[in-house]
Amino acid sequence: MRDVAVVSYAASAVAKDTNRNEVEIIVPVLREAIEGAGIPRKEIGFVCSGSLDYLFGGPFAFVAGVDAVGAWPPIRESHVEMDAAWALYEAWIAIQTGEVDSALVYGFSKGSLGDVSEVMTLQTDPYYTVPLWPTMPDMAALQARAYLEESGRDERDLAEVAARAQRNGKSNPHAVRAGDASADDLLKQPVTYDPLRDSDMFPVSDGATAVVIAADDVARRWCKRPAWIRGIEHRIEAHGLGVRDLASSESTRSSGAAAGVGSGSVDVAELHAQFSHEELILRDALGLGDDVDVNPSGGALAANVIMAAGLSRIGEVASRISAGSANRGVAHATSGPCLQQNLVCVLEGE
Amino acid sequence: MGEQRAAVVGVGQTQHRSARKDVSIAGLLREAAVEALEDAGMTWKDIDAVVIGKAPDMFEGVAMPELYLADALGAVGKPMMRVHTAGSVGGSTTIVASKLITSGVHRRVLTVAYEKQSESNATWGLSVAMPFQAPLVAGAGGFFAPLIRAYIARSGAPSHIGHLVSVKDRRAALRNPKAHLHIPDIDLKMVEESFMLWEPIRYLDTCPSSDGAMAMVIGDEKVGDASAAPAWIHGMAMRSEPTMFARRDQVNPQAGKDCAADLYQQAGITHPRKDLDMAEVYVPFSWYEPMWLENLGFCADGDGWKLTEAGATAPDGDIPWNPSGGVLSSNPIGASGMIRFGEAAQQVRRRAGDYQVEMKTGRAMGHAYGGGSQFFSMWIVGDKKPA
Repeated sequence: MRDVAVVSYAASAVAKDTNRNEVEIIVPVLREAIEGAGIPRKEIGFVCSGSLDYLFGGPFAFVAGVDAVGAWPPIRESHVEMDAAWALYEAWIAIQTGEVDSALVYGFSKGSLGDVSEVMTLQTDPYYTVPLWPTMPDMAALQARAYLEESGRDERDLAEVAARAQRNGKSNPHAVRAGDASADDLLKQPVTYDPLRDSDMFPVSDGATAVVIAADDVARRWCKRPAWIRGIEHRIEAHGLGVRDLASSESTRSSGAAAGVGSGSVDVAELHAQFSHEELILRDALGLGDDVDVNPSGGALAANVIMAAGLSRIGEVASRISAGSANRGVAHATSGPCLQQNLVCVLEGE
Repeated sequence: MGEQRAAVVGVGQTQHRSARKDVSIAGLLREAAVEALEDAGMTWKDIDAVVIGKAPDMFEGVAMPELYLADALGAVGKPMMRVHTAGSVGGSTTIVASKLITSGVHRRVLTVAYEKQSESNATWGLSVAMPFQAPLVAGAGGFFAPLIRAYIARSGAPSHIGHLVSVKDRRAALRNPKAHLHIPDIDLKMVEESFMLWEPIRYLDTCPSSDGAMAMVIGDEKVGDASAAPAWIHGMAMRSEPTMFARRDQVNPQAGKDCAADLYQQAGITHPRKDLDMAEVYVPFSWYEPMWLENLGFCADGDGWKLTEAGATAPDGDIPWNPSGGVLSSNPIGASGMIRFGEAAQQVRRRAGDYQVEMKTGRAMGHAYGGGSQFFSMWIVGDKKPA
């Protein structure tokens, strides 16, 4: 295996980007990531993106991305209709083949264009589940209830996750939701999807994320302190909510074990928890202790650009390693209802 | 190519029809996947990872369908990915799956591409009116017809060339029991008398709208060595260029030329017409055969139509193109590229049945394109290990 590192990360997120289309949102983020890496654009060997047509409102959302990249002369390029963390995985594979030494990876969406909760219902079984039209928070609430009952935790534990996310969000320039509300304050708010409150659910966000990765000496040449990918693994679980244990995340556990999460101490973790209870389930699955700084960016409860938020978790961990404030970290991305599919990436400084 | 060699060791394909009402979406994929596993002599348990591909989610109304399909494809507990690169997706999905092997990460990968177009109207799905964009709302044929007219003007090709391709590919499909369209009495007159859709594309010059899936099992060198009929991967390439800008040649796109050049370099091909035994090339509208003959370097620019007219691309010609009947005979869009890649592999494996062509060099090419002729994916497979 070749050593591959994250050498640059850029992101943007706002609650509603009324005046810009997807290309206009992507362009400055790509520019920032490429300039941050220092690698001349033409030397980047591969480009891979993640986006979702149903959030774009038309077919071929990724074509907008190709326009933003400026694919001329023609480029080596691919796209996954998945969170861009999986685009990073594809790019990592491309580098492992030895054909390219670096890659630009990005994801984007405008969640504000429609009702995200209802759009994501279209991810479910089209014959047996979609006709019931369970929304994203409907399904998350089922999982939250299952988790609270099995773990013995309660709504205060959820509120504490939410309050910390908002507090951490204050230091994140791209946080859509940030503030000083305490768990007590949040518990006074009404329950919207029992046992979840609005503060337990991600804020709808518009934006983009871009990451540059590079191999071996290329990474060392362009980055003072590359964040090396020591393990990257992903697994999927059964689709039906009734056939898996919603109170735990087996695919996160097995991905984390395969990626080597437990083979060293973890300074920082960025978990793609779109609902408060998911953070607790993910911490359990990855065996992260209380000493781990979890979601210092505020995580997906502070800003959740769907299709980019998982990649942002990798970027947030990498940027802390590159800045020297952490040495070893874990990033996580999820896809599908109730944490159906999960990716775990272990990053480390030199 | 990566350091590790890889080979196709199993191929499976559904019966293609305009509406497969007898199966669910998952059932359609399983039909192809089970056949590929049986061909490979494997079970679901032998597979390390699953990669699926399809064209826009709106064709079936299922967003990110890998989630719903995880159980049906035996992917639970395993890595699963979904690729989407427009019409080239069947090819690029195969390439992503193959790189999981050539990177050394996995040993056996199942890849499946599909479209169940009867769930919706593909022309509508391709041509949604978007805010602040010039409305096209013309479907693929409306987009490509002006490019075909430009090709005819450039090359001076006679007007019947497209129809010759239609007759050739539809006759070939009569030997392929899984092809969607079987028109026993097809001839030039029938094509010429079919109604005009988009000048110069007549009804019988277009691909059908199909339900179908294609699957392959790809393995590493040891898996290939153990196979009775491996198709070794000799080269894989992808290229993309933007949809529109002033200097773009949409008739003979640079991305297609660059992709082919990269591919041939990997496989050591200098004269594709001589060095390859056959090719399965994405020809959704008949005129794209002469256009791609030139773009892929099988002849000089302007000469593509002459090869078609001389019968060089017929099943008994010196460089058969699409002996399976091609996209003109079966077009489940998301699968069409993988069908091209898989049919090339079947020829190399001598498993093409009644449409097997004569093999001399033992090498064949699969090709797919998509978007506004801007996304390309290609591979070359051979019956011997690459050097």
